[in-house]
Amino acid sequence: MNQYPGTQLKVILGMLPFVLILIIYMMASNARLAENPNDKLLPSFNKMGDAIDKLALQPSKRSGEYLFWEDTASSLTRLGLGVGISALIGLAFGIFNGVIPYARANLAPIITFISLIPPLAVLPILFIVFGLGELSKVVLIAFGITPFLMRDLQGKVLELPDEQLIKAQTLGASTWLVILRIVLPQILPRLLESLRLSLGAAWLFLIAAEAIASTDGLGYRIFLVRRYLAMDIILPYVLWITFLAFSTDYLLKIISERFFPWFHSAK
Amino acid sequence: MKSLFKKLFIFIILPMSLLAAQPAMAKDKFKVAWTIYVGWMPWDYGNQAGIVKKWADKYGIEIKLVQVNDYVESINQYTAGSFDACVMTNMDALTIPAASGVDSTALIVGDFSNGNDAVILKGKKNLKDIKGQKVNLVELSVSHYLLSRGLETVGLKEKDLKVVNTSDADMVAVYGTKSVTAVTTWNPLVSEILKMPNSYKVFDSSQIPGEIIDLMVVNTKTLKANPKLGKALTGAWYEIMATMQGNSKKAIAARTMMGKASGTDLKGFDSQLASTKMFYKAADAVKFTNSKTLKDTMGKVAGFSFDHGLLGDNAPNAGFIGVETPAGIFGSKKNIKLRFNPSFMQMAADGKL
Repeated sequence: MNQYPGTQLKVILGMLPFVLILIIYMMASNARLAENPNDKLLPSFNKMGDAIDKLALQPSKRSGEYLFWEDTASSLTRLGLGVGISALIGLAFGIFNGVIPYARANLAPIITFISLIPPLAVLPILFIVFGLGELSKVVLIAFGITPFLMRDLQGKVLELPDEQLIKAQTLGASTWLVILRIVLPQILPRLLESLRLSLGAAWLFLIAAEAIASTDGLGYRIFLVRRYLAMDIILPYVLWITFLAFSTDYLLKIISERFFPWFHSAK
Repeated sequence: MKSLFKKLFIFIILPMSLLAAQPAMAKDKFKVAWTIYVGWMPWDYGNQAGIVKKWADKYGIEIKLVQVNDYVESINQYTAGSFDACVMTNMDALTIPAASGVDSTALIVGDFSNGNDAVILKGKKNLKDIKGQKVNLVELSVSHYLLSRGLETVGLKEKDLKVVNTSDADMVAVYGTKSVTAVTTWNPLVSEILKMPNSYKVFDSSQIPGEIIDLMVVNTKTLKANPKLGKALTGAWYEIMATMQGNSKKAIAARTMMGKASGTDLKGFDSQLASTKMFYKAADAVKFTNSKTLKDTMGKVAGFSFDHGLLGDNAPNAGFIGVETPAGIFGSKKNIKLRFNPSFMQMAADGKL
């Protein structure tokens, strides 16, 4: 418990599980390929490389687009819109509900109710109301994570020390000013924190929406090529999604540390 | 250190060897996957009514029928080696197991779609009107093939419209939205969608008879090592066929059960059967399999699959994967991965099972 690994050893220890997975994969893949050279279930790394080379570096024969980047761009746009809209709505309602007891009494039960509806269960309703285009995909993401953000931020507002709010009010601040000067600055880093936690769910809803009705996107491609068991495309796509999710999470962390250093030093 | 290697062996190498493909050998327990579709419901009935068990017992083997909820997943599982046999269409047999190098045999040719798959337009009565529209369908499926064959008949190309990949589970819900004006799908979704106002069937599989075929596909190696499996499955199938046909009490009960299990009733199931050309008699299935048309059909299917990249990146042409039919081989003779083998159905026709 009191023995700590050195910096180098820490890196090595951290990498070890990854290397093990790679080795196991390679051995299993080789074994299957020796049995059947056309096996698609566990393709070799060469094969995955070729597949990605075709999708990412060469224009598609049918449409002349670079499918991999096209997919990435449309997925990220949807994700960004969905998460961005959710963040704005979540922030607005979280603060409003947290600060004003009347609003809380009025809205908190319905928000709790909505947040407990499994979004994928209401998919047909979303499609009928919002159509099949980009809108319904963004709405699915927003529907999935906004209620969580609202509830979380409302709770975070309520956690702010009463002394601060009372002090500001004795100094003459109006409700509006309290929100603007006391609550908002302290809630923003917490919003980033909640966003980081909800990114996983956002990706889940994005992929689900793209799997159901779409013409492009990372989730679309995975579900399309699944029809001919093209694991050589699916596996790199999964890794790419993981990487993108990791990068967005890291980016949010950096932003938070850069703009709200006090929040991180207090921790 | 020695014990470390031992542990390594137990925890890593051993599970891995299980992951690796298992060689086919004589065995007596088999797993067969099936999914819900009018042409495959008889398997469920045969399983429930004990017909499959009866035939398996006759040949001293055990057959476990497993229902899989997702059609593509069942084929993927079969291709990966989790099942010895699986129901699928001729096109999927070519593009999934055969294209993955898993030598597969079409043991039983059960039926072909004779109207079960259809192109439906909202507010338009002519297939030509599909030009410029967005068409919702399960991309790369038999629906896609049907659409492509339909477009040929009116001189259109796939470029003239936009295909939107849509999950079959949501097809009916999606059709209800304003922005969706054209779909291609299969039954029971077709009849569900046609119930909605202003919907017109503009092309269906009865216009390309015998091209969308429903099969029982068995791993060729497994079948060679275990002809008993082929005999038991074929024997059971034709006993089920004989039971379910006609208006006897037993036949009505059988079809009622199949209807219920597929989420409809006797009437609904009978209407789906009406747009399915079932080969109730083994002799008819043998005749169909032996005809030269089957070879030509597989050629068309291979052409479509190749155009859409379904035969894999290293396929230089549509004939890359050989398809063996009684009338001759389509494509490469050196790379035969899909075989239509009527010999078991012939045994059934001759009463030799």
